[in-house]
Amino acid sequence: MDILKKLTRKSRIKSPWLLHFDCGSCNGCDIEVLACLTPVYDIERFGIINVGNPKHADLLLVTGTVNHRNKKVLVNLAEQMPEPKIVVALGSCGLSGGVFREAYNVIGGVDKIIPVDVYVPGCPPKPEAIIDGVVTGLEKFSKKKDG
Amino acid sequence: MARTIIPFGPQHQVFPEPIHLKLVLEDEIVKEVVPALGYVHRGLEMLADVRDFHQMIQICERVCGICSTIHAQCYCQGIEELMGIEIPDRARFLRVIWAEIHRVQSHLLWLGLFADAFGFESLFMQCWKIREKIMDINEATGGNRVNPSINIIGGVKRDMNPDMAQWVLTQLDLVEKEVNHLEKVLLNDYTVKKRTVGKGVLTREKAMELGAVGPTLRGSGVEQDIRQIGYAAYGELAHRPVVGIDGDAYSRNRVRFLETLQAIALVREAVSKLPAGDISVKVKGKPEGEVVTRVEQPRGELMYYIKGNGGKNLDRLRIRTPTFANIPPLLSMLPGIELADVPVIVLSIDPCISCTER
Repeated sequence: MDILKKLTRKSRIKSPWLLHFDCGSCNGCDIEVLACLTPVYDIERFGIINVGNPKHADLLLVTGTVNHRNKKVLVNLAEQMPEPKIVVALGSCGLSGGVFREAYNVIGGVDKIIPVDVYVPGCPPKPEAIIDGVVTGLEKFSKKKDG
Repeated sequence: MARTIIPFGPQHQVFPEPIHLKLVLEDEIVKEVVPALGYVHRGLEMLADVRDFHQMIQICERVCGICSTIHAQCYCQGIEELMGIEIPDRARFLRVIWAEIHRVQSHLLWLGLFADAFGFESLFMQCWKIREKIMDINEATGGNRVNPSINIIGGVKRDMNPDMAQWVLTQLDLVEKEVNHLEKVLLNDYTVKKRTVGKGVLTREKAMELGAVGPTLRGSGVEQDIRQIGYAAYGELAHRPVVGIDGDAYSRNRVRFLETLQAIALVREAVSKLPAGDISVKVKGKPEGEVVTRVEQPRGELMYYIKGNGGKNLDRLRIRTPTFANIPPLLSMLPGIELADVPVIVLSIDPCISCTER
């Protein structure tokens, strides 16, 4: 059993599976997340896959500001992910609300709703910055307990 | 089988953005579709109350990251009309160049996502690989991959020197060559045809009646493009709208593919006719009165209504985006098709939810 746990822990750090949720962003960050997966940056070669099901995911990439309607969806997705999980907030909007912080339907950054482990600034962050953010997040896996 | 309701979204792998469709099914056939919007609503039109009319350019760029330049262009065009500003000829041509580069980027993005919707993963990768060259052009000329942010009221912020323009053209030559390679697969491949021909048909009459815009309208055989009214420098460039005939997903795919090549040709022509001179004029005063301006976005007609009161904040800013106009046609396409075709049909109108909900 121990070997299996060790193996899971190792592969989680080597090839985490991503869940990407657009939480009211302008698409700028989302297309950069997708650009990470495509041939020029190609993080898929490490076995990092963008999955649709939160139950399969290790990492949650959240882009954009949280609003009153999608906060429930965000919490729902984060709760469905198995422990240990890492939440990465992308872009100025995900960090603080960005240029939209004064708009009436904007609550603010992602960390007002769910705990965030890594913040990636930029409007939008470049794919290199996103990859760097994810790698920083992976280092935190070793400090988190298995669920 | 009894009626079943399948929720489609808000978090779904086909869309990078959240939209929620309630699909009412009988067996595998869609009977009714109920959309639920509002997941990306930020309320940015109201930001006109707190930001002055110059700062609103940056907000308008972030209505949608995929067509940011064109949103800002439309906004600046409206304010210039209100204040009676005549922008220099060079600025008009530069706006066309950046707008068309953006159109190539947006269409390649869409061609990739469309391929992904019917499970053609390698085609998706290929389209996005080509698109990276356009992102490099954006970064080299504008300083940012996604938001080059070149429009200001009274002209453009950055100039393009002859060396840079030449480099852009050589990059676009490479892009054109690679896009031509895609033609064989995108338009003639057996699997692609099997998934798209005859799916989601929108007749010419129906498209006109429901107010479809952009490639969705042109795919149904209506020759209508806002670039025909000749805003910016389009009046001086050779341009004829690309039209399809059948009004199905394949026809819309073909229109977008040909428009990609057309946009590259327009950039080439605009660079060759680029006049010398200033790139912007000084702006004095505040906007007063109301105006409606339109431009052609990659997804269709974009309309801004601007009302100024002579102060630094605008009274009202209203944005009508192309996807908003294309949702009624989409809802009329869906009933009667199979569940497996829903992603293909939904993507065939090129939905941009962050535009729609602002």
